[in-house]
Amino acid sequence: MLGMLEHVGAFTLHIFEKVGVLALLFLQTVRQLPKIQRRLTIAQMAHLGVNSLPIVSLTLLFAGMVMTLQIVDILLRYGAQSTLGGIMSIAMGRELGPILTGVVVAGRVGAAMTAEIGTMKVTEQIDALRCMAVNPVAYLVVPRFVACVCMVPLLAFYGYIIGTAGGYAVATLSAGLTHFTYMNSIEMFTDVSDVVYGLIKAMFFGGIIALVACHEGMNAKSGAEGVGQATTRSVVTSIIFIFICNYLLSLILY
Amino acid sequence: MISLQDITVAYGSRVILNHINLDIHTGETLAILGASGSGKSTILRLIIGLQKPTSGKIFVDGQDILALDEDQMDQVRLHMGMVFQYSALFDSMSVGENVAFGLRQHTKKSEEEIREIVHNKLHLVGLDNVEAMMPNNLSGGMKKRVSLARAIALEPQVILYDEPTAGLDPLRSMDINHLIVNTQRQLHTTSVVVTHDMESAFYVADRLAYLEEGEFRLIADKETFRSTTDAQVQRFIHGSTDWQEGGNTT
Repeated sequence: MLGMLEHVGAFTLHIFEKVGVLALLFLQTVRQLPKIQRRLTIAQMAHLGVNSLPIVSLTLLFAGMVMTLQIVDILLRYGAQSTLGGIMSIAMGRELGPILTGVVVAGRVGAAMTAEIGTMKVTEQIDALRCMAVNPVAYLVVPRFVACVCMVPLLAFYGYIIGTAGGYAVATLSAGLTHFTYMNSIEMFTDVSDVVYGLIKAMFFGGIIALVACHEGMNAKSGAEGVGQATTRSVVTSIIFIFICNYLLSLILY
Repeated sequence: MISLQDITVAYGSRVILNHINLDIHTGETLAILGASGSGKSTILRLIIGLQKPTSGKIFVDGQDILALDEDQMDQVRLHMGMVFQYSALFDSMSVGENVAFGLRQHTKKSEEEIREIVHNKLHLVGLDNVEAMMPNNLSGGMKKRVSLARAIALEPQVILYDEPTAGLDPLRSMDINHLIVNTQRQLHTTSVVVTHDMESAFYVADRLAYLEEGEFRLIADKETFRSTTDAQVQRFIHGSTDWQEGGNTT
């Protein structure tokens, strides 16, 4: 029992410590924003946005399809199938779109960022930047932060459309709902704020992914093992913070 | 002039540098010698502001660099260049982009001018037509040369060399030694060379400093250093564990 409490305490302290260092990195990033390098930022946006489309599409499409598959029977039983489109749209807009996009981007892009910056750290490339009077936060963190904050909401919106379309496909092809019933339900139940608030969440998730990935990379211990550990830590920490942030934002926004 | 005054660097109870004092005169080449792990590279990191000492003061041209914030320190770094032990070239950039990096970041020169400077600096270090190559495709010696070309691209007043000949064969080492001397002559820089390669140190340096267990045991010009009666320094010079006073080895 005491051991378990110690673990919980240590984990809580670890989370608060991470929040502190990420807040400091966020402040440094904001301070360096005027020095943003446009070419690097656009390259990061392309890397993050375009290259993540296939995995976001696949994840959200199947999430929408399987969710519809699971709930359509129950709705049919109670004669509430006319609400399916709305349920899917709200679920995708408020929660599943942003959070699944966040998790996928943390796994795909966040890990790559940490590995890249971690390798730069252990091969003294970050020291070389500093020796050449280039601030590593301005050069490495700012472009990635801006790219994530801009592109994750776009990916989440794209994911919202794909997920809702996945639900539509299963609803019309397998459960026998008409095009009108599904689309009408979306119009009736979905408010613009459902999607907009989801995109605000995604923006926060993007910031978390970039800050965690860059922080872990810049603090990677030497050697290939150190970079590997930093990469794993980056993905796990990002996902934990995304879930915590999601709950807090849901509490505030809705 | 660079002046380190009463510098101590310690990690907990482990003391790396113990109240050291060192003056590096403008235009000279100083070689810092010492066994692996004696704190030689730490001195370079202190001078360029990559690391702060536990106590003491560091002056560069009369300016206390420990009192500067990061932006002010960057202004000091613009007048310094560093050649890293493992070159530290940006592996996502070509050789040309590596050398041009500082120019693109800190000057408003046109691409044409930058190309010209990159070509000239690479030529100065004995490399031609390598601009498009990636660092991963270069040999160790070529990487060191590119690293030097990158360090001198902004024509710094101070160049710091961290183990410039480590891991190179004798011929390549001598090439790098020539480069250090030629660069110093052409650019009139102040150079600090950290090494444990005695041949290299005696070839490139005006003065030598021997660091042992976190303290300078001897700082002297070449001749004084070579003829010192300090048995420990002589052992290091001759790479022998059994040197005896009088210049004999048993």
